[in-house]
Amino acid sequence: MTGAGVDEVAEQTGTVTSDVGATGRRRLGRRQITGVLFAVLGVILIVAVAPSITSETKSFAFESPPDPLQFSFSPPTLIVAVGVLYLLSAVAAFSPQRFDGWAGRLHLFSAISAVPLIMAIALGLSGSSSTNVTNLLDESLVLATPVALGAMTGLWCERSGIINIGIEGMMLASAGVGFMSFALLGAASSVAWLWVAVLVAILTGGLLALLLAVLSINFGINQIVAGVVINLFALGLTGFLRSEVIVPNGNSKGLSTTEFGVPLLSRLPILGETLFQGKPIHYAMYAVVGLTWLVMFRTAWGLRVRSCGENPHAAETLGIDVITVRYQAVVVGGFIAGMAGAWFSLESQSGFEDNMTNSAGFIALAALIFGKWTPWGAFAGALLFGFARALGSRLQFLQVEIGGFGIPSEFFQSLPFVVTIVVVAGALGRSIAPAAEGQPFRRSK
Amino acid sequence: MGESDSLQGKIVKAWSVQPVLVPLYAILLSFIVGGVLIAIIGVNPFEAYWALVRGMVGSPDRVAASIARSVPFVGSALALALAFRAGLFNIGAEGQLLVGGILAAWVGTFSFLADAPGLVAIPTVLIAGAFGGLVWGGVPGVLRARTGAHEVISTIMLNSVALFIVRWIVNSRDPVILRDTAASVPRTEQIADGAVLPQLVDSEPNLHFGLFVMIAVAVVLAFVIARTTFGFEVITVGTNPNAARYAGINVNRIIVSSMALSGAFAGVAAASEVSGTNQFFQPGTFAFIGFDGIAIALLARANPVAILPAALLWGSLLAGAPLMQQEADVSIDVVRIIQAMVLLFVAADAIVRYLFRVRDQGGRHIDATNAGWV
Repeated sequence: MTGAGVDEVAEQTGTVTSDVGATGRRRLGRRQITGVLFAVLGVILIVAVAPSITSETKSFAFESPPDPLQFSFSPPTLIVAVGVLYLLSAVAAFSPQRFDGWAGRLHLFSAISAVPLIMAIALGLSGSSSTNVTNLLDESLVLATPVALGAMTGLWCERSGIINIGIEGMMLASAGVGFMSFALLGAASSVAWLWVAVLVAILTGGLLALLLAVLSINFGINQIVAGVVINLFALGLTGFLRSEVIVPNGNSKGLSTTEFGVPLLSRLPILGETLFQGKPIHYAMYAVVGLTWLVMFRTAWGLRVRSCGENPHAAETLGIDVITVRYQAVVVGGFIAGMAGAWFSLESQSGFEDNMTNSAGFIALAALIFGKWTPWGAFAGALLFGFARALGSRLQFLQVEIGGFGIPSEFFQSLPFVVTIVVVAGALGRSIAPAAEGQPFRRSK
Repeated sequence: MGESDSLQGKIVKAWSVQPVLVPLYAILLSFIVGGVLIAIIGVNPFEAYWALVRGMVGSPDRVAASIARSVPFVGSALALALAFRAGLFNIGAEGQLLVGGILAAWVGTFSFLADAPGLVAIPTVLIAGAFGGLVWGGVPGVLRARTGAHEVISTIMLNSVALFIVRWIVNSRDPVILRDTAASVPRTEQIADGAVLPQLVDSEPNLHFGLFVMIAVAVVLAFVIARTTFGFEVITVGTNPNAARYAGINVNRIIVSSMALSGAFAGVAAASEVSGTNQFFQPGTFAFIGFDGIAIALLARANPVAILPAALLWGSLLAGAPLMQQEADVSIDVVRIIQAMVLLFVAADAIVRYLFRVRDQGGRHIDATNAGWV
């Protein structure tokens, strides 16, 4: 709640200048600043980058090797084309106000065109002649899975008014307990037990969420503290279980969920394999995001959940049992975190390592705030992150060199994080949390 | 309340064990929970705990090691505490430590420091560390104030960025940036002798003068928060930014400066570790120190002075755990569970009060995070 206040203050003090000044004259707003940036980038691309890049023909492949569908191009031409697009965007930023909608769309398009641009520059600078684009898309979607699921966990909790810093811990604990049960019950080798283990992971997430609910709803303790407790506890518990149970048991590796294709659709050209062939939890992620949106924004119960997060006392006067609703929402969130945990130890790989979630939970939190506490927004945040990560490792693989100086792999690895900061600071600006978040609720007598 | 107004009442209150009682019971309760877990895997909890306690305070050297282990936690927890007071959540202490540490290690190898007296060289290194943290903490502050980008997002992202940059600087062989090519593991070169903080006890890890540096920083922060205009403004912004604005406080300035200052605390802690413990920089040394700072700051309810004992508890548990693993064959992760439980029971003092029949005196309850989230 403080932050929301801070943001209002920021607006009132005029740091985020509005597009139109008091006199009606246009001032430099966010769009105009972005426009100037595009102009500078466009000029650099056309004048400096394009001439220095090899004009050998390079190509983006859209299918796997034997006879791939390809898009061949000469890098300088593509770079100049994008540069011209950026200059157009810059002009649009200063166009009369009634074209604002178009300018916005043009900016979005320009931002998206940065993707082929980066790929083209990277290809031009590397020795390879082609790179597979659909693969890249596929990797991005897979890498986005735990982040998107984690963000949905946060969405359920925070929309109901409970801050969840413990997404990371819930995911880690589910990953650990899920794999432990698989190792103990199914010796990590039976398909039936694999699914039981996934279920156990989901329930573990729900159980930890229940702990969060008890602590923050019944005891009214600071919810950030409760989340940190869960993170610490999960870290300790899983480490303990790994060294005391999983390792002595001996089955520290085994089966994981297998890919399957949707009949017919997976044989579609180009996108078929990317979109319609994959692993089950990854698919479930789409369902979770869709259902979250559907339930949260299109059902009475979803409305209740949201009202508890915005104004619990008003909700109570309408006869909503705030405490029950919050319990339900938090536990639903926990189940989703459990799925994300299962993704780590039972789908992405089979096995459990200490701290294997590696702050994906915090990144999910960032995706949630990025998406301004909406399902599709958070999903977009997760996708952006997954894409930046896949792109980073792809570029690393291409071994890009500038004047004989190999760009360090660390640079590409940090790319997703830099991109997120730039997008959040540059384009999104402030996000406003559900109003009643973090405040303990007491029933009126 | 009449009773407490009298002189006698005041004395009774001043000597009351009440504020300490709940944390003590909370620690006891946490050990009971951990003990149950140890018993489940078939080890006698008393044996395990006896080994743990001896690992923590069994000999003068071990006491020193426990204290030494706690020193960096003070810095990262102070970083969190100041941000909490301003209503900000600085998850970025991890990255601020790294940037502060690498800058301190770099400045420490400057040739002009080689012959400089300690009185010049040590502060130079510490200030370099503070500056690194200040920049890395200040950026999210500026972004928050200028564009409204949420500090939770930017600090998390900057943690990873810092990790990769630092890894590159320390690992890279072609070109060599700061790597000590003679060393077998990736690390920076040894800092100048004059820049090394004086050693107190040659334990493992060694106790050095950084202890006093961190205590001084904590006391200064306590003074700043309680007695200065800046501290008042920070708390006002944290409690109610709108009220702060109406009172004429420049909210954005407070956000930027408290984030930057918060980063500087983490940076000083990293510099004191570089200068006092290793004399060089190695990225792995700082893993988890920033994240544990969150828990310690919350345990101390963002009170700078209370952070000292909280960090001591944290560090000594971690320092003692290996002996427990060695002697009783209990995974050191039990300590993490105990830490989580301590934080839990201190925060949920209702559980402790109920179990141990401690009455609530109805004193002023200070929430650790001034108002919390977003």
